[in-house]
Amino acid sequence: MPAATVPLHPLAVRITHWVNALALLAMVLSGWRIYNADPLFGFVFPDGWTLGGWLAGALQWHFAAMWLLFGNGAAYLAYGILSGHFRRKLLPLAPRAALRDALDALCLRLKHDDLSIYNAAQRAAYLGAMVLIVLLVLSGLVLWKPVQLQGLGLLMGDYEGARYLHFFCMAGIVLFVVAHVLMVALVPRTFPPMITGKLRRSL
Amino acid sequence: MSMGERFKPHRGPRLASLERRLFLRQGLSLGALALLSGCELTEDESVQRVLNAMSRWNDGVQSWLFDPARLAPEFPESRITKPFPFNAYYGRGEIRRVDPGTWRLEVGGMVREKRAWTLPELNQLPQVSQVTRHICVEGWSAIGKWSGVRFSDFLRRIGADLTAKYVGFKCFDDYSTSIDMATALHPQTQLSLRFGDQLLPPEYGAPVKLRMPTKLGFKNPKHIAALFVTNANPGGYWEDQGYNWFSGS
Repeated sequence: MPAATVPLHPLAVRITHWVNALALLAMVLSGWRIYNADPLFGFVFPDGWTLGGWLAGALQWHFAAMWLLFGNGAAYLAYGILSGHFRRKLLPLAPRAALRDALDALCLRLKHDDLSIYNAAQRAAYLGAMVLIVLLVLSGLVLWKPVQLQGLGLLMGDYEGARYLHFFCMAGIVLFVVAHVLMVALVPRTFPPMITGKLRRSL
Repeated sequence: MSMGERFKPHRGPRLASLERRLFLRQGLSLGALALLSGCELTEDESVQRVLNAMSRWNDGVQSWLFDPARLAPEFPESRITKPFPFNAYYGRGEIRRVDPGTWRLEVGGMVREKRAWTLPELNQLPQVSQVTRHICVEGWSAIGKWSGVRFSDFLRRIGADLTAKYVGFKCFDDYSTSIDMATALHPQTQLSLRFGDQLLPPEYGAPVKLRMPTKLGFKNPKHIAALFVTNANPGGYWEDQGYNWFSGS
């Protein structure tokens, strides 16, 4: 008789996942308020969706939560690389298969029987989210320290270029979160293991 | 409409307490404060305490990151932003003016020569120029050209104690701010008398402003009336309302 549950997500992944969710929430909502002070495009975010109450408050949140995002992200990347977690779960990356799986998911016909194996679309999305967050941190550093980090700034079109990169990476990560939450809603049994770490065997 | 008016809602003068309450309520409702516990009132205060502590921590990190020898990029004059935005805690209609003939720059605190300076006296000191990017805390940036006295030269001339921690500024438009001594001594920190190729006009801080391409715009005081060297952080108009004190670039 096999055990009723199997281990799925290691503790380190679960902790960093939820801390990251919290940090991203604070960063995005306070970031929207900061964006509103000088919109890059012809729209602003509704004040009720933002964090901080006014520009100074939003900046306080943003520059406090950035340490949480950075520290937690660094711990996650170190764990993922050193433990072999990334190699086992996210590699190899197959662009063509990722596209096919993404289309299947859109048509609601993607099979997700074994939750311990990420499909190609998931692998691409999770790696893409990591790249976006790294770019958000780098462009954010240039916005914070455009003089001290001017070498890094040159790679992204100086201060003004970094503003656009920061905005588009934010848009990308928000899209990712929307799709991610939608997929969890479609396959709800993926949700409890991200808290308990264990997957109940479906017999 | 000027920049100052356009962004007034984001800078609402003296609405700090109302705005603080609003932002705390939003913060609570977002559940982003799950890490903090306690009754609602202490939660409000403890959240603000944590945010203030993080802002002070960021002052320290920025001071550590600041390289006193690293220069802000300079640009060709063809890249100067025209028209250069006006910004202040008040609208364009309330710009304060002063008779340059009677204006004096008071000098105080930890300095040897506490006498006041006239505009012609400042004009007689060696002059330098820069074309640099001004970055506003609101996010926008603009390139301008400023000329005047290198501030480190001026501090040495008045016999300022260069081991002191801060230089504070009081302005005749009731603005105030303060900076760290390392930034005060940075080679591009300038007591500006000219903007472009004309005398500093009222909207950009006549008769004298402090220009620092290594600090956000609001740290660059306009309409300076007095400066003083001190070891006690003097804070400032926006800093006292929650904007980060160091605000370095």
